[in-house]
Amino acid sequence: MAHFEKANSLGEWFEQRIGLSTLNRVLNTEYWIPKDINFLWAMGMLLAATFGLLVISGIFLLMYYKPDSNLAFDSVNYTIMSQVGYGWLWRHIHGVGASIIFLVIYIHMFTGIYYGSYKRGRELIWLSGMALFVAFSAEAFSGYMLPWGQMSYWAGMVITNLFSGGSLEAYGLVEWIRGDYVPGDAFLTRFFMLHVLLLPLAIIGLIVFHFGALRLPHVNNQQGAEIDFKEAAELYKAGKKKESKVIPFSPVFLSKDVFVMGVYFILFFYLVFYNFEFAMDPVNFDPADGLKTPAHIYPEWYFLWSYEILRPFGKDVGLVAFGIAQLALFFLPFIDRSPNVAPAHKRGLFVVWFWVLIIDMIVLTAMGKLPPTDPTFALIGKLAAWTFLALGPILVLITSFEKKIGKGA
Amino acid sequence: MKEERKGRRDFMGMALGACAAVGGVGALYAAKRTWDPLPSVKAAGFTTIDLSTAKPNELVIEKWRGKPIFVLKKTPQMKENPRDIVIGSDRFLVTIGLCTHLGCIPAYQKDNLLFFCACHGGKFDTSGINEPGLPPPSPLEIPPFKIQGTKLVLGEEGPEYKKMLADGIAV
Ligand code: HEM
Ligand code: FES
Repeated sequence: MAHFEKANSLGEWFEQRIGLSTLNRVLNTEYWIPKDINFLWAMGMLLAATFGLLVISGIFLLMYYKPDSNLAFDSVNYTIMSQVGYGWLWRHIHGVGASIIFLVIYIHMFTGIYYGSYKRGRELIWLSGMALFVAFSAEAFSGYMLPWGQMSYWAGMVITNLFSGGSLEAYGLVEWIRGDYVPGDAFLTRFFMLHVLLLPLAIIGLIVFHFGALRLPHVNNQQGAEIDFKEAAELYKAGKKKESKVIPFSPVFLSKDVFVMGVYFILFFYLVFYNFEFAMDPVNFDPADGLKTPAHIYPEWYFLWSYEILRPFGKDVGLVAFGIAQLALFFLPFIDRSPNVAPAHKRGLFVVWFWVLIIDMIVLTAMGKLPPTDPTFALIGKLAAWTFLALGPILVLITSFEKKIGKGA
Repeated sequence: MKEERKGRRDFMGMALGACAAVGGVGALYAAKRTWDPLPSVKAAGFTTIDLSTAKPNELVIEKWRGKPIFVLKKTPQMKENPRDIVIGSDRFLVTIGLCTHLGCIPAYQKDNLLFFCACHGGKFDTSGINEPGLPPPSPLEIPPFKIQGTKLVLGEEGPEYKKMLADGIAV
């Protein structure tokens, strides 16, 4: 038995037993954040908070939702929406949250790309971030199956068919994933399991890892400047807060995060209460029917860009292009050959590359939403898809020749 | 003494590791089997459809194993094809009504004599042949069938189907 003194306060009692103050020091009061950052560095906390809202609203939906292909549609569209007191609130929060979290994820990712926050010690942050993106995509897709409307069914059909691997004709694998020849009850119940348990667990684990990977390299800053965190922390602790380049995460930085969060949630709940339609596809208010494809099938807006990379090509080429598009961003830290960690506007051609990437993804998104019948738009989509694929090798090229920037700042 | 202990500890570790590996493989297999289609799903396999009521150039959609089945009685003007199912003097197109690209149901455009898939723009003619250069890589699939008079049993393999298989028309 270790030696324990009598505690004089509840805080001390916990301190003796679980050492909370050490944890608090490591994660909060002595976790140093550079001063030279802007509101874009609050996106991570917005994501964490939005994920929290999704969990909470999901718990309430779970109490009336029925994972059964005969009952699911009504349990959502009738029971939860019109019978359960404030059931609509949880559904709107969940739907708007799932949509908006992708907007914030994209902003968060492109912030990382703009400031070069994915390399020189920050590779694991980037890789775990991409793993989170994949996990969130799976989470959104599996959740989309649950109301068992027309879009649920046909999105399920099309996406599971991707696993036949084109000419490999691995239909056995597709039927195994579905547990049936077509999406049916077994399909719905297993995606229900994934959506409410396995994927959220994986996401929570990945978030912890993502935060852990941030702790040693620290977050980047607006100039990509290398900071001597020991020295800056000593200055801060010695009371020279003006001279120090850093502030502690809590309470100083967190209060800034909380401000951004306040603005964000005003907007968020405005959408929840007054403008939620964008997150609820009208086609999905028809019950699933395996004998009738909707006139035009498209995924939610956040998948449109990768969908448009699949669509303009033949089956096999389309699959390969789609696969590359899904994985390409993972490799960013390794295909960016430049040693510079600096904002894009200081990196010569890289800034052009960055904006071309953004515009290209917006064009792909817009084209992905259109029906496949107009040849002009189909051509624009095809060009945009080729542009996306070409941007990888182009990045290797332009970053290999990028001038090294002296580390003054 | 020390050496001996280390040897014993290593042995314990390896024994546990080996048992865990065997158990792990077993668990993976069980997990795989749990995701397999249930016997009830696999058994619900046969559907009989009556072709005598079909009208020329009118698409009928039947259901087999949860999938839509296209039945199109061909008009004499439509091109003949070895994929046709011939009953007496009538020719029928009978295929699984799912696009071979990613599985949407193409819509039949009666006036243009073609199936159009709204998902990614695939097209098939009245013999179920895909138009080249578009996403669908192969013709609409022919389900296993057996002719019984003017009726068709889907899920059973009759001689006509077996011949199509041998000729590489059906998969
Ligand atoms: C819901 C999922 C996510 C959560 C909860 C999350 C959370 C966070 C938090 C709290 C931070 C620190 C504050 C900040 O710089 O914003 C951060 C940083 C970072 N995240 Fe994420 N993140 C998520 C997804 C992603 C994704 C999809 C990527 C891209 C692949 C990504 C890449 C990064 C990078 C590169 C940084 C470092 C930024 C810097 O050093 O300036 N994260 N994340
Ligand atoms: S599913 Fe028919 S063209 Fe893609």
